[in-house]
Amino acid sequence: MDTFINISSSVFLLTGSFLCISGGVGILRFPDFYTRMHAVGVTETLATAMILIGLMLHNPDFFVDIKLMIILIMSLFISPTASHALASAAMRNDFSQKNNEKPDSEQVKPWNP
Amino acid sequence: MLMGLYNYWIVVVLMMVGFYIVIAHGNLIKKIVGLSIFQTSVFIFYISMAKVDGGTAPILADGITQYSNPLPHVLILTAIVVGIATTALGLALAVRIKETYGSIEEEEIQKKDNLDC
Amino acid sequence: MESLIDIVLLAFLVGIAFAIVWMKDLLAVIMLLGIYGLLSASFFVAMDAVDVAFTEASVGAGISTLLMLVTIAMTGRSEHPVRHKPFLALAVVIITGSLLIYGTLDMPYFGSAQAPVHQHVAPRYINDSIEEVGVPNIVTSVLASYRAFDTFGEVVVIFTAGMGVLALLSVVRRPKNTTGDKARDIAKIDLINDSMHEQHLVLRIVTKMLIPFIFLYAFYVQFHGDYGPGGGFQAGVIFASAIFLYAMLFGMSTARRVINQSFIQLLAAIGVLLYGSVGVVSLLNGKNFFDYSALSVDPIAGQHLGILLIELGVGCTVASVMVIIFFSFADRKDNGQNLESNGIENNLKENNKK
Repeated sequence: MDTFINISSSVFLLTGSFLCISGGVGILRFPDFYTRMHAVGVTETLATAMILIGLMLHNPDFFVDIKLMIILIMSLFISPTASHALASAAMRNDFSQKNNEKPDSEQVKPWNP
Repeated sequence: MLMGLYNYWIVVVLMMVGFYIVIAHGNLIKKIVGLSIFQTSVFIFYISMAKVDGGTAPILADGITQYSNPLPHVLILTAIVVGIATTALGLALAVRIKETYGSIEEEEIQKKDNLDC
Repeated sequence: MESLIDIVLLAFLVGIAFAIVWMKDLLAVIMLLGIYGLLSASFFVAMDAVDVAFTEASVGAGISTLLMLVTIAMTGRSEHPVRHKPFLALAVVIITGSLLIYGTLDMPYFGSAQAPVHQHVAPRYINDSIEEVGVPNIVTSVLASYRAFDTFGEVVVIFTAGMGVLALLSVVRRPKNTTGDKARDIAKIDLINDSMHEQHLVLRIVTKMLIPFIFLYAFYVQFHGDYGPGGGFQAGVIFASAIFLYAMLFGMSTARRVINQSFIQLLAAIGVLLYGSVGVVSLLNGKNFFDYSALSVDPIAGQHLGILLIELGVGCTVASVMVIIFFSFADRKDNGQNLESNGIENNLKENNKK
């Protein structure tokens, strides 16, 4: 039983780390803003979930498991929302699909127009 | 020796980067950023000093004999919050300067001051 | 293994610091500073300083980034290129740096238990604090009990900084005397709200769901600080960040209706006064200033009560000072825009007359 839990937790942790790295590679390699955001947004949620589940399996303490579970739920709420906010901000500031440079503007756009 | 002093050398490098930004850049916001890099390097210095090999976080628990030194942690914890309060004061000053002079670049401010005299 | 994490994190920090030097776009600089704060928080976790990491993560990566963003929204985002040659500055920096590195050669090595820092006061805190104060988190017991006078000074500094920002940035608001004006204002707020509602629908709903949990978490951090990482400073910052989130997504005027300016100013003062009065009470009971054992018959119970009260004071002051600072900046920004748009309207009117 012990070896089974150990192996499954390390599988989860390794998958999570791999997803983190692939998200990082995606940010560097993809051509424009939206595909980059796709790379991070998709891998980040899954990677966080994988790593947290791996840690949950690893830890025998019940209270620590509960805390990790709360962190998992919170991050599943927050990171898609953050991606959405980024994407809609990019849309509103006219990021065209092709250019990955920011449009020249002196002033920062206010957060609430 | 390389491993033993690595942290302190990094602290010196970070401190000097912050110092360079403060003395070589003219933009006031950039100067404040430089000051906060400088500040964080001091935090890293204190926290590195508090670390003891094989120690754990200074929260008492059964079966642990070696703890890190809690005193630098206390000093830095309060310093961080005081740091943000004073940074906010600096930013407020920058905003007022922008409103009065129309710029936050050091050279332009000096030019305007010289014109006024 | 631990030293590997140490080396990598510190190398990242140096890389980010150099990137900050090169960058001319202030928005990018501030984002990098936020990452710098988050990385140094991770470094503090690796160094076993959990309380410090907690504070740095919420302050360095959260609030300071936000305040700087609001500032550059007012002051413009690009930095002028440096015209004069940087050689003199570079020389000063290199000489100072090499002298400091020469100074580190005599220092005790990293992590050595025989270093002079670990010999003098720390052993007493580690060995005796459980009998003298009775709180498992040594950082809290040192912060709130052994060095309470010191912390009192820090809280006063934060309070003073908040008042300084208020004095520098407070905008004179027009007195609204007629009720019709007020009703029109509320109608205007509702109009803005409706127009913003479409754009920020997802963000608003998620925020509405999360804000109660953020408050709950702030209270947990506030009152669990005796047993785990946490305390008044961190709780205050988390509490304030929930209010910032609300103000950002629902507009400043809505936030103003929820949180009264004079109330938060009063709360900031009450926090400092609560802290100070605990000291005075222990003085009146015939013990030293901030000697909490005077607060109750049982010295340990007195210590617990004292720590609870002063942490509450710290939390109140920190939270309300952060809110005051943010509101002052945001109000200044909104007002500046109003002035500009009024100016444009006036110009248009004058042009039309011509």
